[in-house]
Amino acid sequence: MKELMLMKGNEAFAEAAIRVGADAYFGYPITPQSEVMEYLMAEKPYERTGMVVLQSESELGAINMVYGAAACGKRALTSSSSPGISLMQEGISYIAGSELPCLILNVVRGGPGLGTIQPSQSDYFQATKGGGHGDYRLIVLAPSSVQEMFDFVSLGFELAFKYRNPVMMLSDGVIGQMMEKVELSEQQPRLTNQQIDELYPWATTGKKPGKDRRIITSLELDPSKQEKHNLKLQEKYRKIEASEVRYETLQCEDAEYLLVAFGSSARICQKAMDLGRAKGIKVGLLRPITLYPFPYAIVEQLSNQVKGILVVELNAGQMIEDVRIGSHDRIKVKHYGRFGGMIPSPVEVLDALEKQIIGD
Amino acid sequence: MAKVQGDVVIDIEHCKGCELCNAACPLDVLAMSAEVNSKGYHYAIKVNGSCNGCSNCAIVCPDGVITVYRAKV
Amino acid sequence: MTQNFDIPEIRTPENLVYKKTSVLTDNVLHYCPGCGHGTTHRLIAEVIEEMGIQSEVIGVAPVGCSVLAYNYFDIDMQEAAHGRAPALATAIKRVYPEKFVFTYQGDGDLAAIGTNETLHACNRGENITIIFINNAIYGMTGGQMAPTTLPGMLTSTSPYGRDVQMMGNPLKITELLALLPGTYYVTRQAVHTAALVRRAKKAIRMAFENQKLNRGVSFVEVVSNCNSGWKLTPLQANKWLEENMLPFYPLGDLKVNGELVKKSE
Repeated sequence: MKELMLMKGNEAFAEAAIRVGADAYFGYPITPQSEVMEYLMAEKPYERTGMVVLQSESELGAINMVYGAAACGKRALTSSSSPGISLMQEGISYIAGSELPCLILNVVRGGPGLGTIQPSQSDYFQATKGGGHGDYRLIVLAPSSVQEMFDFVSLGFELAFKYRNPVMMLSDGVIGQMMEKVELSEQQPRLTNQQIDELYPWATTGKKPGKDRRIITSLELDPSKQEKHNLKLQEKYRKIEASEVRYETLQCEDAEYLLVAFGSSARICQKAMDLGRAKGIKVGLLRPITLYPFPYAIVEQLSNQVKGILVVELNAGQMIEDVRIGSHDRIKVKHYGRFGGMIPSPVEVLDALEKQIIGD
Repeated sequence: MAKVQGDVVIDIEHCKGCELCNAACPLDVLAMSAEVNSKGYHYAIKVNGSCNGCSNCAIVCPDGVITVYRAKV
Repeated sequence: MTQNFDIPEIRTPENLVYKKTSVLTDNVLHYCPGCGHGTTHRLIAEVIEEMGIQSEVIGVAPVGCSVLAYNYFDIDMQEAAHGRAPALATAIKRVYPEKFVFTYQGDGDLAAIGTNETLHACNRGENITIIFINNAIYGMTGGQMAPTTLPGMLTSTSPYGRDVQMMGNPLKITELLALLPGTYYVTRQAVHTAALVRRAKKAIRMAFENQKLNRGVSFVEVVSNCNSGWKLTPLQANKWLEENMLPFYPLGDLKVNGELVKKSE
């Protein structure tokens, strides 16, 4: 029987963490994602599954605790919102450089600086292009429903361990705060220490007699070796780009115009698309689910079909750069965005499509 | 009373010539070589046979290059 | 021609009284001649060997001169970002409570950039061991002023001496940490003489043994030298340490079994 529950996006993420058998959550309160740790603390996962939950002294503390647990082969995760994620960038870079798996949720709020506590998608660049120092990538998943806030925890850990790479869920204040029906998956057991030792030959769990010691580090002072390490990372990213692209298309078969949007914007665009269709405009929607790797191929394919693309984002124009790369600028690609916590209505989006793409 | 005889073995190639062992030796057994090792350091050498195996030289050596033996003779 | 004072007939296994521990690797330490890092590394490794916990210990290396500490210990280790070692150690111990977890940190790492992580790990009472090397200078980056640099002390960023009016005061972080309820054992040691090395080893042993009690942080400061940074020979540096560092950072236990040690002098 299906187990259904009405939950906030943040709560769904927290419940999923327990149910997928995560070992440890470390976090620091920040609006609009504080429900994640509040839910975990109330649920006592340390009693339900033995999962560790700890409120750290800062986001710096939290991400470095994630590093420590991840380096032990444990399923570790954290969540924060934009200013807190900025503070975590040092640790995220180290985690990427040390090739450790972990899951990071960013419930994005408007910036720059302290900005606002209202929803935004203005951390797209930070999430998809690296974020901290050095050449690295996160696998970035963009949930657009409370159900996906739940489901992507499992997917996120799967990808993180498959590639030994940090995975970020790029959500926003809309998805984090809204309530929807969620179909919950069954409780998965946490891995035993013995299973971890067998599965992850890189994990620091104590040097076994007769075996080599294990070292988790991102430091290599010899430039030829550091270059080799970077090339290895790049090879991994090419593999991820070739294998892990995920997206959703709606009514694209006969589309003459295309909306491209992720997360909460995609929900608004879906309604705008329906309104457009009702007016006889053949509009389709492409929703990238992985923002890195970005679905360039489908953008290219649809660029050969449609007359123009409107990229709708809660920012000043970030994903549009990837859409333009995908379309090779063969057709008109324009951006429509609101920011600072403002959210456009479907009518506003349709209006923008008509003015900027169709009517122009 | 049984006499105690000690001896130290110095890994001269790994000695960095800091002289801490010289200062730590209560019996002035150690001094620095006139020659240098392949890294260019003057290394610790024994200059007499009065070592009693107290190990002071070895335990102050930051590089762990000294091995100590001690026997009742 | 130097005279040979070898006595090969006594070099037998039963007469062996001191040998470098096998918990240290054969890698040559990159530290400068006479540096206390090497001695402290050796003491930690000896304690691990004597406790028989080589397969149960996970260490965390810092950023600073001892950034490559993991090259020298034959144990599983993680490399932390500058100052974050206590956060890593917190998590390691929480997901593996049965393991022995320690951080090895210098003064810049522990008492400047990582003060927050250090203070909160100590205040939460994480059941870990922290080894703190205080040589009052940033060695790795070339001798800049540290949080523990003495008043008037010359460094490359206090070239006329540390002016406390302008640059602030040295931080006696060990005294500060001893006051926190989460610390169980806090001590200050040194390793520049044989007697002090023997005492420091006992302290490090206790700091590791304490993890079996699950009572909080065991914290061992080692007042050490920086011959290169202080621009002295190793022997001169140790004399300078005795005359200048120890009056400001007096040796001894600050907290034992969770109780502050009353000053007798």
